[in-house]
Amino acid sequence: MDHLSRLENKSIYIIREAYYQFKDIAMLWSVGKDSTTLLWLCRKAFFGHIPFPIIHIDTSYKFPEMYQFRDERAKEWNLNLLIGRNEEKLKEGMGPGRGSKLDCCNELKTNALKGIIKKYRLKAILLGIRRDEHGIRAKERYFSPRDSQFKWDYENQPAELWDQYQSTIEEEEHFRIHPILHFTEFDVWSYVQREELPIVPLYFSKNGKRFRSIGCVPCCSPIDSKAQTIDEIVEEIRVSKTSERSGRAQDKENVYTMQKLRALGYM
Amino acid sequence: MNTEERALPIVIVGHVDHGKSTLIGRLLYDTQSLPPDRYAEIQKTSEMLGKRLEFAFVMDCLEEERSRGITIDTTQTFFKTPKRRYVIIDAPGHKEFLKNMITGSSQAEAALLIIDAFEGIRDQTRRHAYILSMLGFKQVCVLLNKIDLVHYSKEKFSDLKNQVYHFLKQLNIHPTFILPISAIQGDNIAHPSIKISWFDGPTVLQALDTFEELKIEEKPLRFPIQDIYMMDGKKILVGRIEAGHIKKGESVYLLPGKKKVEVKKIEKFLENDVTIANFEESIGIYLKGRHRVKRGQILTTDLFPTISDKIKANIFWMDPMGYHAGEALLFRCVTQEVPCRIKKINRKFDPASMELTEEDASSINGAEVADVLIQLDEKVVVDPFNEIPEMGRFVLEKEGRPVAGGIIPLAG
Repeated sequence: MDHLSRLENKSIYIIREAYYQFKDIAMLWSVGKDSTTLLWLCRKAFFGHIPFPIIHIDTSYKFPEMYQFRDERAKEWNLNLLIGRNEEKLKEGMGPGRGSKLDCCNELKTNALKGIIKKYRLKAILLGIRRDEHGIRAKERYFSPRDSQFKWDYENQPAELWDQYQSTIEEEEHFRIHPILHFTEFDVWSYVQREELPIVPLYFSKNGKRFRSIGCVPCCSPIDSKAQTIDEIVEEIRVSKTSERSGRAQDKENVYTMQKLRALGYM
Repeated sequence: MNTEERALPIVIVGHVDHGKSTLIGRLLYDTQSLPPDRYAEIQKTSEMLGKRLEFAFVMDCLEEERSRGITIDTTQTFFKTPKRRYVIIDAPGHKEFLKNMITGSSQAEAALLIIDAFEGIRDQTRRHAYILSMLGFKQVCVLLNKIDLVHYSKEKFSDLKNQVYHFLKQLNIHPTFILPISAIQGDNIAHPSIKISWFDGPTVLQALDTFEELKIEEKPLRFPIQDIYMMDGKKILVGRIEAGHIKKGESVYLLPGKKKVEVKKIEKFLENDVTIANFEESIGIYLKGRHRVKRGQILTTDLFPTISDKIKANIFWMDPMGYHAGEALLFRCVTQEVPCRIKKINRKFDPASMELTEEDASSINGAEVADVLIQLDEKVVVDPFNEIPEMGRFVLEKEGRPVAGGIIPLAG
């Protein structure tokens, strides 16, 4: 079996395992390349009929191209799409430039997610994070428990061996499930290429710049790139020397910002 | 196109402070695998903590890990040599984090065992080596680190090399190489060092490149049913092929009941007329006729697996709380989940000392290993670990938490 098929089959196994263990489950879709890959793998796992909702956490600061892509795919793939927004904080004017990045991410992403988990009484959420993205994510488990406060007890994670994932939790807890944890950025692009997946056009070069990682407009900067096709992106990543999240503002504020965000329940 | 090979997963184990994380940082640095922005971040944090450039921070990126100077959890990173790609798995050296070491090791196909040349073999060296042996590691390379602290002495190296060789031999581990290195100084990691010009063996990178990919042998079919979905009013059995292959139209056994059933159709998303599915594929299957099926049943082409409610096994206890006779456990092997108890602890010992043996014990402590007889509430289907690893290894849970791992030895 080739490398990408091996990654794919492992992910499908994990997605099915998650659905077997938890019926109150949903997938978090940021509309970026990673969670779109995860969405595609969910479609494969359930032969095109995903039996759970797909959640988009909307900070209201996303790129217009992302909203358009989201709505087109939701229709085409017949998704049960739920939108999570922290309306209260948005009304109060929370946004980039107001307070720290940590506060903004925490309110508009983490707390919006908390709201939707509570509303739908979700016990598990599928997320498209990868180990090679960030040192903190490299320490994640495939099935990662979070307490009622959403805290991640990263100093005392459950053992995880031979595809046996802990699935028992207390009433107030939930699991974060990471089916593409073992993909690298290069693997994701190679997979997008092989499967001919649709992708938000922001990833393609326009006027010598493209986005390598997408999120909220004010916190993402494009990189210099001439890559205008998937093939060119794959080639670019293959030889790249900089890290993927180098264009992400929230990682730069303080070296431990990502750890703090994740401990508080950030994705 | 996608000619990129898969990455070979390698775990780095050994006693606390013998230099696992530092070695990985050094490997990444010397192979230019560290992005400049991450290098800058490590430089900045090292300065902030008043340290020289701390290579271990590449892997140890929790704030607690950096301020305490230890690895808490297992972590993974990628790098490549001209020959191939690697996933490097760092495992913590402290006894209290043994479950994290095992989590990391269970995902690897080869291991680097690192030993401080000044301190020699210590408790976690023995414990980790024992775990590697139990997990069936055939490819192990030993690194005698901090050779700078013994003044690059050939005699010190040779003495320790002999000790290590004999110690590992008892565990049936035959290291591919035993190398002198200094992770901090960068001796013999990516480049040979003139300070050990007496040594004519490979560097760490060259030694890594001698590891071989695990070969996939043709084995009899094992397809554990993972779940059952309804598709257009018909039952589809989903799961992953853990050994062998399955063909459309084939007649197979449904274990543990030994009923004969026929594979009507193999289902994969957006693929038509699938006639065969192979090892490691996650697929769907329609059976001919109507059958009572449930998760945990196994489709096979033969009746050689052990089908029993009593299983002899070697277990290692990961949970610090240990085990006391009579406690209720859950046995999990592939998709089988069956309540069980340990009926008899035939023998147990602490692999850190390699000596203490207790017959007929009534409890197992954290980090101990034991030969046990497990009594299950229902029959399970297993194979010897050496023959079909996927069907011969299991996890025990207590109150919903994984507490032990085990392997099933050859009967006899």
